[in-house]
Amino acid sequence: MNGQSPDRVERHVVLHDRRDEVDAAQSDLFDTLASLGYGEENCFAIRLALEEALVNAFKHGNKSDPDKPVRLDWWAVPHRLVVEVEDQGEGFDPESVPDPTLDENIEIPSGRGIMLMRAYMSEISYKDPGNRVIMVFERRDP
Amino acid sequence: MSSTSSRLRTHETNGITKVEFVDRNILDEANIQQIGEEIGRLIDGQVNPKLLISFSNVDHLSSAALGTLITIRNRINSKDGQLRLSDINPQIYSVFKITKLNRLFQIFDTAQQAMASFT
Repeated sequence: MNGQSPDRVERHVVLHDRRDEVDAAQSDLFDTLASLGYGEENCFAIRLALEEALVNAFKHGNKSDPDKPVRLDWWAVPHRLVVEVEDQGEGFDPESVPDPTLDENIEIPSGRGIMLMRAYMSEISYKDPGNRVIMVFERRDP
Repeated sequence: MSSTSSRLRTHETNGITKVEFVDRNILDEANIQQIGEEIGRLIDGQVNPKLLISFSNVDHLSSAALGTLITIRNRINSKDGQLRLSDINPQIYSVFKITKLNRLFQIFDTAQQAMASFT
């Protein structure tokens, strides 16, 4: 179901772990955000967080199973975007992810995705059991 | 010597290998893996590798790309080599700052400054 009005746009998309599908969904989102007046810095932050959420969903949630899709739901108004990404995994406890900035973890190659999502979005939360992340972005104007 | 591989452009000067990315967005997992393998081969081919990675062409990168950079750094360190990063735009630099990786890597404003820092 896709919905659209001049000031509120929403999409409900099922994605497979294929770059062309992900790119098409992202293009749709960022075209919409541009039309709603979101600037380049806002889009940089959103793109980064969304990319991390999708990678986590496909890789860690769905364990890279190509038959398992990820659900992407979003709605946007001129000053607020809500993005939800749901995988088919068993979920996880986001508080259990070690702080990658600690000295003992800084040289470990993985574990920075959730931190970047938290840093670049206004709010993020997980719906139990942890297989659906809800990200809110409040538009920041220069 | 200049060469073009599928995901990297490399240029060697005075024993220092400068690497630039073909892609503006370093997001795709398969591409990131390929970048890691290609740079890994460059490191393997040198005794004490001296590598400069320029981000002049890069608009976006993901945490997976950061992970590959850390792996590259660890491999270079294990061979007593040197790694420098340069030409990172302010948005990308903010990713390094948030993750505190700006403290792990030696980052220079320009490739010229980075080249001059090798010992």
